[in-house]
Amino acid sequence: MYKKGLYTIISNEPLTPAVYRMVLEGDTQYITRSGQFINIELEGKFLRRPISVADYDATTVTIIYKVVGRGTEQMRGMVAGQKLDILTGLGNGFNTANEARRPLLVGGGVGVPPMYNLCKRLIAEGKQPQVIMGFNTSSEVFYFEEFKALGVDVHCSTADGTMGTKGFVTDVIREKSLEFDYLYTCGPLPMLKALYDNTSTDGEFSFEERMGCGFGACMGCTCKTKYGNKRICKDGPVLKREEIIW
Amino acid sequence: MVKHYDTSVELCGVKLDNPIIPASGTFGFGREFAEYYDINCLGAISIKGTTRDARFGNPTPRIAECTSGLINSVGLQNPGIDKVISEELPHLREIFHKPIVANISGFSLEEYEECCAKIDKQEQVAIIEVNVSCPNVHNGGMSFGTQPESAAEVTRRVKAVTTKPVFIKLSPNVTDIVSIARACEDAGADGICLINTLLGMRIDTMRRRPVIANKMGGFSGDAIFPVAVRMVYQVANSCHIPVMGCGGISSASDVIEMMMAGATAVQVGAANLKNPYASKEIIEALPAEMERLGIERLSDIIGIVK
Repeated sequence: MYKKGLYTIISNEPLTPAVYRMVLEGDTQYITRSGQFINIELEGKFLRRPISVADYDATTVTIIYKVVGRGTEQMRGMVAGQKLDILTGLGNGFNTANEARRPLLVGGGVGVPPMYNLCKRLIAEGKQPQVIMGFNTSSEVFYFEEFKALGVDVHCSTADGTMGTKGFVTDVIREKSLEFDYLYTCGPLPMLKALYDNTSTDGEFSFEERMGCGFGACMGCTCKTKYGNKRICKDGPVLKREEIIW
Repeated sequence: MVKHYDTSVELCGVKLDNPIIPASGTFGFGREFAEYYDINCLGAISIKGTTRDARFGNPTPRIAECTSGLINSVGLQNPGIDKVISEELPHLREIFHKPIVANISGFSLEEYEECCAKIDKQEQVAIIEVNVSCPNVHNGGMSFGTQPESAAEVTRRVKAVTTKPVFIKLSPNVTDIVSIARACEDAGADGICLINTLLGMRIDTMRRRPVIANKMGGFSGDAIFPVAVRMVYQVANSCHIPVMGCGGISSASDVIEMMMAGATAVQVGAANLKNPYASKEIIEALPAEMERLGIERLSDIIGIVK
């Protein structure tokens, strides 16, 4: 179930020069799972901007977005008190109803945000999640301390070695000999593929595709899976490991 | 005293409570929108373009944003005619009790015939909308809808195997829309639906390549509204069959403008993708707009502009 509503910006602040965190107040009852997204209408833009939910509670939803184009540039300039027309509760999100006790959460770049609420949820369910976040360089790293504050093992990789393990998230798994019984991940396609190739546990991968409507109507973001055609916005963005076709 | 504003219209004997029909390809088979609102407020629904075989469509990315619109190159993704009949229509029957416009596409005359004959037998279907703006493997890669002769041939073949009103959905990417519409009328079409999307293209200047994997796609949205009004006006003034006006409609005011140009009913397309409530909000805004313009019966204004 999903819904359209008006949301009020409570805060909108930079975490890094290019990555911003926006907290919005409004009806969050349609957000039911970590890894879902919201779709934001911007003045003068025909299509909404789909952004993953980093965290939410009874009255607020937090998103973390990277300024990459004119839409997100517009969002960067928004201030507290401004109202936004948003569709919430979109996408299937991550499923935590499984036997895993020690899941591994891997986020790459702006794939990190959905891992935050997921991590909190897994902890609340009595599981022991561990987290890897991958970035290009230390100045791009965000939410390292926030994850640490949740009391979980947090590892970081940077491509240039300026923070944590030098290299990629898969290097962290090797270097730290991490043991895990389930994988949740969101990030750039090459990272997802590398994780798929270098791990063997069951897992869920969150994908990205250029969307039209964001709620399953236009068929713009369809991908092929072993279980047939799926719309990334409606049947995804999270796909099970077993169904992925690369 | 509250005045009654009559929004009903009649399309080839099919009575609609109001002229608002979500356009094919922007409304799926109704499921996604039924999660947002009771879709029975709609005049009718034009369901996702259906072909004989199931289709994945074109490679992604197949969406590109534009100023006041978007380009799509979905490429007729659909489950195929048999699954539409066995799965989608029965589901739609549970959530929607108004007329259904079945949009049929094909890659050969035989495919149009086969699909239209099958869909014609479905009791739920009130009108058949034949989409002749997809690539044609028979006529050397041309669209059926871009030549009067081939558009007329599809019309004749479909009419021969159907009993329900047949509307031909035409492409705007032509030199002379009137000659094509008239050829369809002469071949027996019961109505014309226009316009389909305009061929467009965007380039990612950073990556120096087209935004869309298939390079080009169909441009729709508010930006194409004036083109649609012009073509509806031209066709309505040269044919004697009803026209469904489509292209860039996003408000009650647009609906009335399109009807004044000659449309008996209108289709709302891209607006549904931006705002899932668009069609419902347009219907709700109609009485106030009619009051503002001194219109008591919507059907009175069809083609009133000469």
